[in-house]
Amino acid sequence: MKRVIKTRRLVLLAIIVLPFAVAWAEYADVVINMQAEDKGMSPVIFPHWFHRVRFQCSVCHVDIGFKTKAGASGITMDKISQGQYCGACHNGEIAWSAENCDFCHSGTPGLETGVEGGHKTAGPGYY
Amino acid sequence: MTRYSTLKLLLLLATATAIPATLARDWKALEEDDLHDRSNPAVGILQEPEEALSVLAPDSAGNKVNWVEAIRQGQIKPRASLYGDNPVRQHDTDVVMKNTLDLPFVLFPHKAHNEWMSCEMCHETLFRSVRDGNAISMERILEGEFCGVCHGAVSFPLTECNRCHSVLRDAVPASISGAVVPKE
Repeated sequence: MKRVIKTRRLVLLAIIVLPFAVAWAEYADVVINMQAEDKGMSPVIFPHWFHRVRFQCSVCHVDIGFKTKAGASGITMDKISQGQYCGACHNGEIAWSAENCDFCHSGTPGLETGVEGGHKTAGPGYY
Repeated sequence: MTRYSTLKLLLLLATATAIPATLARDWKALEEDDLHDRSNPAVGILQEPEEALSVLAPDSAGNKVNWVEAIRQGQIKPRASLYGDNPVRQHDTDVVMKNTLDLPFVLFPHKAHNEWMSCEMCHETLFRSVRDGNAISMERILEGEFCGVCHGAVSFPLTECNRCHSVLRDAVPASISGAVVPKE
């Protein structure tokens, strides 16, 4: 009888604790490291959340031409300097200019290109 | 107090705690997110997610922000173009998708999507604007096609079944299938 009660208490404890364990918000940050580290820079961390507060999806994904698949756009610093991709805004006019290397190249070395979470989320299930 | 009522009390407490806990929103700081390099000088200058997101309409899953509500409540006004001078064409119809085995039908609201993006975001690349013209399946969505391009990490996750499968099967006339339903 005592063991049964203990098991029940464990289950109850799990019910109380589990929601806290999976409560982290997902940011959908994009790691861009197709070329960065090969060229001696840290990977780029693109915060989706920061940008969508300011712009609708289609501004970047239609007007500027960012693909909806990480690593598929072929972004280079050359193109950014010429006003393409990030450089369409990060030109010192709409947003701070691309001279602030650290602001974007702020990732931990070794990260692979991809969306954090992707369409497969952190929980509660696999998807 | 008997043992039974103690358990009952515990269960009540657990339920009462678990529900708000699911709605609780915890924001990882940049230096704890396993992505940013703590030694990078930008960490400490870049905005923290909690500062921007904790004040927006709450959601129980994914980003923990209800982005559609955030716009509707006027908390944010994301620009429709780089220089803010090119408003997006608005389209307010619902599409009911009936090929859902025995699950509730899917209702796709154009409006909620259109408030966030222009038509070209989906048409004619991800979705053809033809009635019953898209071979959408959950399998392909879970593999990141169709709705799964955004719904996951960026828009509310695919574990939120009922938010799309929201129409009871006997609530829609048989004549409506894959149909564009105009709003009154």
